[in-house]
Amino acid sequence: MISGAEIVIRCLQEEKVDCVFGYPGGSVLHIYDALFKQEQVKHILVRHEQAAVHAADAYSRSSQKVGVALVTSGPGVTNTVTGIATAYMDSIPMVVLCGQVPTQYIGQDAFQECDTVGITRPCVKHNFLVKDVKDLAVTIKKAFHIAATGRPGPVVVDIPKDITAQLCDFEYPKSIQMRSYNPVVKGHLGQIKKAVQMLQEAKRPIIYSGGGVILSDASDKLTQLAHKLDFPVTNTLMGLGGYPATDRQFVGMLGMHGTFEANNAMHYADVILAVGARFDDRVIGNPEHFGEEKRRVIHIDIDPSSISKRVKVDVPIVGNVADVLDEMLKLMDGSFKADPEVADWWKQIDEWRGRKSLAYRQSEHIMPQFVMEKLYEVTGGDAFVTSDVGQHQMFAAQYYKFDKPRRWINSGGLGTMGVGLPYGMGVLMANPGAQVACVTGEGSIQMCIQEMSTCKQYGFPIKIINLNNGMLGMVRQWQEMFYSKRYSQSYVTSLPDFVKLAEAYGHVGMKIEKPEDVEPALRKAFTEHKDDLVFMDFIIDPAANVFPMVAAGKGLTEMILAEEL
Amino acid sequence: MRHIISILIENEAGALSRVAGLFSARGYNIESLTVAPTEDPSLSRMTILTRGSDDVLEQITKQLNKLIDVVKVVDLSEAPHVERELMLIKVRATGKDREEMKRMADIFRGRIIDVTETAYVIELTGASSKLDSFIAALDAGLILETVRTGVCGVGRGDRILKV
Repeated sequence: MISGAEIVIRCLQEEKVDCVFGYPGGSVLHIYDALFKQEQVKHILVRHEQAAVHAADAYSRSSQKVGVALVTSGPGVTNTVTGIATAYMDSIPMVVLCGQVPTQYIGQDAFQECDTVGITRPCVKHNFLVKDVKDLAVTIKKAFHIAATGRPGPVVVDIPKDITAQLCDFEYPKSIQMRSYNPVVKGHLGQIKKAVQMLQEAKRPIIYSGGGVILSDASDKLTQLAHKLDFPVTNTLMGLGGYPATDRQFVGMLGMHGTFEANNAMHYADVILAVGARFDDRVIGNPEHFGEEKRRVIHIDIDPSSISKRVKVDVPIVGNVADVLDEMLKLMDGSFKADPEVADWWKQIDEWRGRKSLAYRQSEHIMPQFVMEKLYEVTGGDAFVTSDVGQHQMFAAQYYKFDKPRRWINSGGLGTMGVGLPYGMGVLMANPGAQVACVTGEGSIQMCIQEMSTCKQYGFPIKIINLNNGMLGMVRQWQEMFYSKRYSQSYVTSLPDFVKLAEAYGHVGMKIEKPEDVEPALRKAFTEHKDDLVFMDFIIDPAANVFPMVAAGKGLTEMILAEEL
Repeated sequence: MRHIISILIENEAGALSRVAGLFSARGYNIESLTVAPTEDPSLSRMTILTRGSDDVLEQITKQLNKLIDVVKVVDLSEAPHVERELMLIKVRATGKDREEMKRMADIFRGRIIDVTETAYVIELTGASSKLDSFIAALDAGLILETVRTGVCGVGRGDRILKV
């Protein structure tokens, strides 16, 4: 017989978890004691529970594995909520183990008690409160199973302290059967045949792919399919890297800050093949405007509720993206012939491309777009790029060409500022020795800046690219364009000296103010300071805005382009 | 459109709040909700009366199916079914109203299940519309309390919702 705390650790070992991100406290002391007595599961001590969850989330995003966080009851749990909601919105498999007050104290307003299951319910795929030590192992097994299968997502397991002290025999179930949870994997063959037929008839086709391609590790299959079809491909923000950005068929990201060619191609396509994407508001703009064009939609998604939610779908295919694409490829073997009119469509797309919607004007200041282009060059396009949320996120998405999946790590759905730095930590735990750039701004970075201390403790050599314009840039951009330049609370004064701050934490700091210094600084950071965390404070043109832009409520083709201003 | 959704759900603590939370989070409305364990005590059956367009109903069904504890979901109202609701209504029964209340209960095939010097409790079962008509037929000033269970229903014949 072993204790509940030891059972928790044994379960993690059985799941081949090599590290957990966490923060100790009263309710998890038994678990931390069990953690101390073994070496297989490493622990990364963060400085705030929010960062533990973000790091576990990025560990998962940058690998295929389930990230794990461990926190104490009460404030430990409430601090994780932003991180859990972030992972939930982007369907990231994750298990969050939370301490809880002893069973007999639940409901008594005990010290550091909160209703964990109630608070997290709306932002988890599922959650559990363990009430009997005999259920502990099977509950943790279920948690990992639910997190990683079907449409993935975070699962919370709430474990009262007394349960971690009680003794029980340990047996980890090899597999799990749940009558209420049996996600579909294979797509319906009849539907897939219909889809292939529709693709064959398409005159103005587009492949629109999202995060589902990355989550299901289907990038190779998508690329194979796209090459076979010779159709244009666009990616959502979450889908970047799911199709190689340097490929001729790639027309760029679509949506609010998508390219001119991607948005036009999406809008005027007669057949859309949607793969693991969900037609969200940042992607299609105004749904009425989007609905004005007659088109047929094929939608592959593992989650039936994503299909026909915002856009009516003609051929729904529920299934795992990789499996469905596999079937499609088999069906098309040899016999597929695209419509000859697709050649005219390509001519049209090339004309749209001719607008060069991502061109920008240089100024005497550093342009943020320029920093991204140089970052791409210096890292050989092979870095893991984590980002926060705002203008810098869009610049990174537009100008860093991701050729591989799982390299672009950002909060797409929830749009959580502050994720970038802890995301870098998670990436490095899953991919030791990788080049990691955290693209951020002076607003976002300060939301989790305390993690510079964690980075020192564990030697995470993240390169922080701070695009500093002294403004909450995206807020300022909207105020400039839609609020007659009334810059309400978007100007940040009293910024810290980031160079000194980095140094105070024991890292390397650099301040870069001239365009000609951008590349040398990046090179120095990635070579000379390869093993150091380098905080690069780029003082950028405060007037730089993100274009193209589809304003809120506007149609996808009603873009504002940089050249028009 | 009025729809009756029947749900088989794991009989576990918090299962009801998962369903109720889903409806409030996504802005769907619940007109009534009833829940109790089935002949298999590990399963509960929930009946929800809701209103919405076909698109909304499609989403409600899909979102319910996504809940891990939900075993099966069916929209009863899309095929032949029977539905019932139970009401207990306490009315003032004094003087000439005493005789009138008894008569009304008989007309609607209700039963008087509690009698005091001043009040009756009438039990009435039927389609929700019948219960509405009964309330409408009474003098509003004489109604002391109304308790309704909400709709429960079952598909006809071979339409069976079971694991």
